[in-house]
Amino acid sequence: MAYVLLRHRDIPDINKIDVYKKNGGFAALKKAVTKMQPVEVTNVVKDSGLRGRGGAGFPTGMKWSFIDNKNWPHYVVANADESEPGTFKDREIMESNPFQFLEGLALASYAVSANAAYIYLRGEFWQLASFLDEKIAEMEKAGYLGDNLFGTEYSLKIYTHLGAGAYICGEETALLESIEGKRGQPRVRPPFPPSYGLYGKPTIINNVETFTNVPMILANGADWYKAMGTMDSAGIKVFSLSGRVRKPGNYELPFGTTFRQLIYEHAGGVQEGRPIKAIMPAGASSSLIVVDDKVLDTPMDYASVRTLGADLGSASVIVLDDTVDIDWVINKTIKFFKHESCGKCTPCREGNYWMKNLTGRIHSGKGSSEDVDLLLNVAKQMQGKCLCALGEFSTMAVVTGIERFPQDFKKVVKA
Amino acid sequence: MSLEKTYPKEVKQILAKYPPEHKRSAVMPLLYLAQREEGYITKAAMQDIAQMLDITETEVASIVGFYSLYHDEKAGKYRMQVCTDLPCALRGADEFLNNLCGNLGIKVGETTPDGLITVEAVMCLASCDKAPMFQTQGPDGIKYHDLMTIDRTMELVDALKQANKEEK
Repeated sequence: MAYVLLRHRDIPDINKIDVYKKNGGFAALKKAVTKMQPVEVTNVVKDSGLRGRGGAGFPTGMKWSFIDNKNWPHYVVANADESEPGTFKDREIMESNPFQFLEGLALASYAVSANAAYIYLRGEFWQLASFLDEKIAEMEKAGYLGDNLFGTEYSLKIYTHLGAGAYICGEETALLESIEGKRGQPRVRPPFPPSYGLYGKPTIINNVETFTNVPMILANGADWYKAMGTMDSAGIKVFSLSGRVRKPGNYELPFGTTFRQLIYEHAGGVQEGRPIKAIMPAGASSSLIVVDDKVLDTPMDYASVRTLGADLGSASVIVLDDTVDIDWVINKTIKFFKHESCGKCTPCREGNYWMKNLTGRIHSGKGSSEDVDLLLNVAKQMQGKCLCALGEFSTMAVVTGIERFPQDFKKVVKA
Repeated sequence: MSLEKTYPKEVKQILAKYPPEHKRSAVMPLLYLAQREEGYITKAAMQDIAQMLDITETEVASIVGFYSLYHDEKAGKYRMQVCTDLPCALRGADEFLNNLCGNLGIKVGETTPDGLITVEAVMCLASCDKAPMFQTQGPDGIKYHDLMTIDRTMELVDALKQANKEEK
């Protein structure tokens, strides 16, 4: 099957504007701006069943339809902060198929009548930001961005904005604060960005991969897109596969592909042919799934993964083989969340500090079984008490790790 | 120092990205600019930026303190930032970092005696399938180094040493 998002794997030079154009590039943008009303663009996206690829899986077209048309100007923001341990798909999309992403961003901007869009890239994507600046300049020169597009009234500018190393800025309201020149700390919601976003104006924020789907949906129609994937999760997804597999990397596959197909058919199986002990389907934020045949044959879509006591999130699948100790895993994830907690909500700020001390002690063999109980207690007390998902997600691997792999903790605590 | 005098073109480009009534948005790109030469942000630079954007120096300092790619202390000319998060660690990142430190004769957080390289352990860099990996943060910005071995890393160190000598 031809690639929909990672099209550079079929068409090597698609990051050159002429090649992109020759392969149907910007036709969707031209058609939308010259022949369609903004709301019609939103409706096609709505009909396609496209859901946000940043992790939450919120229906994209529905989000766009929430834009407040009584308050102006509108903004569109691309979340290119990609910072979840285990996620590396947006980087490949932007590096290798940049115009499709930018065209998708332009289409979204037209759909909500925004004249300015920002791409918020994590600071580490420094080289990528200047690369995108070049691509934006090429589009301006070719008349696909700028004033009076295709001779219409519609104008659009796209700008890049670099973060500076803060996982929390992937949270949409922290991201907006960061663009506004503040520390990246989440806002209290509601109001949500479609009514109160960047500079207090109505704003649509989507993930890079979400935008990159849009030109193909506009070009081929909602039904074409819906025919791929499952009823619950339409279309295709880029799965970032990492950990103890033979061929880690990005795999573009339809939703509903099973874990077994991804790991064994596409990625060559586990290193040294070892058995899989656990899977984290949504990066470090993920619950740990105990792996058996039933799990391996579970389709990867939002609803099916939920039946395993986990979430698909941004589909950053981390594979842990039977040599990996779960007390080590949660020590790693908590070190990450402790570093990345923004400090705004006390349960997350203090809870992660406590969890870091406890997981460190337990992993080093100096902990007791009471420490494991206390760790579980702290984690559970944090749940439901934080403004954003960081606090909530930091507890997932801890709670499911202790509850689903008790033997790993019994092994390391003092008698 | 004044960024507007040293980098007039860059400052103008940065300010043009944001609505004039929201020029505070320029604080992050301006801080990168201020960090370009010395590798860290001086108090004077924070004052300069605060003045330019009509915000307080404390507000600028709070941004510097919050984001991990801004530094308020001098370190090596290049910061070698190794990811040791879970996915990288599952592919040997911790051993790589240990070996790297052994080869350079320094501990994590320390700088080589010639002042060229500081080794740091950092959080996920979105390159989980290409571990072991690190980024270098230096005067010419941030660069990724994927699928690294100790041999290739030491070659890079030698190249940086050579380039540094030629500059001087």
